[in-house]
Amino acid sequence: MTSEALLPPARQMSPKSKAGKKIGYGVLYIVLTVVAALQLLPLVWLFFFSLKNNQEVFNLPPLSLPTHFRWENYEKVWSAGNISVYFLNSVWITIAASALTIMLGSLATFAMTRMKWKGSSLVLGLFMVAMMIPVHSTLIPLFSMFNKAGLTDNPLSLILSYVAFNMPITIMIMLGFYYALPREVEEAGVMDGCSVNRLFFRIVLPMTSSVIATTGIINMIYNWNEFIFVNTFISSDSYKTLTVGVQNFIGQYTTDWGSIGATLMISILPILVMFLFLSDRIVEGIAAGSVKG
Amino acid sequence: MDKVMSNKKMIALYVLPALLLIMAIVYIPIVLTAYYGLNQWNGIGKMKFIGLDNYSALLTDGTFWKSAWHSLLLAVFSCLSLLIYLAIAMVLSARIKGANLFRKIYLIPMLLSSVAIAQLWLRIYHPSNGIVNSVLESLGFANPPAWLSEPKLVLFALFVPILWQYAGFYILIYYAALKNIPSSLEEAAKIDGANSWQIAWRIKLPLAMEVIKVTIVLAAVGSLKYFDLIYVMTDGGPNGSSEVMASYMYHTAFRAYDFGYGSAIGFFLLVICLVVTWIIRKLTATKDTIQYS
Repeated sequence: MTSEALLPPARQMSPKSKAGKKIGYGVLYIVLTVVAALQLLPLVWLFFFSLKNNQEVFNLPPLSLPTHFRWENYEKVWSAGNISVYFLNSVWITIAASALTIMLGSLATFAMTRMKWKGSSLVLGLFMVAMMIPVHSTLIPLFSMFNKAGLTDNPLSLILSYVAFNMPITIMIMLGFYYALPREVEEAGVMDGCSVNRLFFRIVLPMTSSVIATTGIINMIYNWNEFIFVNTFISSDSYKTLTVGVQNFIGQYTTDWGSIGATLMISILPILVMFLFLSDRIVEGIAAGSVKG
Repeated sequence: MDKVMSNKKMIALYVLPALLLIMAIVYIPIVLTAYYGLNQWNGIGKMKFIGLDNYSALLTDGTFWKSAWHSLLLAVFSCLSLLIYLAIAMVLSARIKGANLFRKIYLIPMLLSSVAIAQLWLRIYHPSNGIVNSVLESLGFANPPAWLSEPKLVLFALFVPILWQYAGFYILIYYAALKNIPSSLEEAAKIDGANSWQIAWRIKLPLAMEVIKVTIVLAAVGSLKYFDLIYVMTDGGPNGSSEVMASYMYHTAFRAYDFGYGSAIGFFLLVICLVVTWIIRKLTATKDTIQYS
């Protein structure tokens, strides 16, 4: 018997209700599209005014294309100010902190999920509870600790903070993956006389490349966008990252909309490009790192 | 096998780097915050122990309670907006073509830095050239308000980009939870004659309840400790009308150089976040969780 035959008579569609269903779906699509437009339009507007001069921003309708694409806005802000310095600082600090988080996170996750010891669940608990602690409640002591250690106005203070605060979510995403690895992996390795190091670095770590990619992307997004630590710990321009740099730079140029738009576009472009190519992984990482609480 | 995998030296070597780091950067500062709160301290000079004076001053500090009220309002609005996100996720999960693309578009604002978003929304709200007032004027509203300098409007004007930024995050989480429900349940309900509303209310909603509870905690706590956009866009102004707890702490410590009192606020913020988490968990606790099968 097919499921069709099981349907009670009332469920059989009349032509009228079919049309109703079509209209219903149409309304749903309109709602979804309106929401998408609300999410995207501010960014489209930003892109448009980054290519205009003030006259065009003020006189043309807001969502109109510029008459002439003023890419020179981008050239101007890239060489003026320190935007290129901030950009490179953001790049290396983001990469260094993300790599360190993944390395230390992988080691700890491996020991907590695959090795046998008392207290492993307690330690795991410590990592997970750390996720609930507001960054701002740690800010004053961190500042004074780094100050005493001579690490204020030093990128190391940023890297240490980023690694510590992203560690919980990194471990949380990795956990599921490590638990799911088959026991036979280690058994075979140990049989063959592997040491723990060899087992981890040669066998397990390569098997986790997909979760490394996911956590790596999530870490990079968070580190790239981080603001409050840079704003508090770093004072000299040569160490500032883009978020704080952009904030200061725009403070000086508040009247030139084209320059402001171009600066903002430069600061979000790497993330947008990453999103274009790796959106599935980003979605997966954000979903995996949020719900299990 | 067991001998290799329970080698204490190796376990310590693997776990300690990550563990010591979160101890030093997350847990020790929390203890220090509570302790600094017991002192009078300008951040540089000598600390002077004053017992609970800072904490008792906090209880009668009108500015603090006003900022706490603002944070609470944000928490209420964030939690209410979850209903809209849930509805959108329900629609997305109902055999919508392009659902994957929609949820990705919704997510984009969350991936961008708060500074960029804050600077963009400063222009969106710009009294004369911003897109909001341009649209209002073209619709015939003469003299639309200067959103961010009206004490009565500023807080709600700030809520819009904050909710805008995180909408996609919650839609993504709900979508993943709803997609996780085995389709066999929906099929069975359809055969029994349930309509789409009944399936949504009686089947999908109860099965997504665990995730909904987590998001309520995330939204409430995230709002109570919220800082970024408010700091960049209005810095708590005009005249404290958009001050929230975290920005008040920041101003007290890093502008007024009252590190002792700032620490007391920081510690209070932590306590409030933990208490609210506990209350929400208690209120939403159910005796029996529903199983899929």
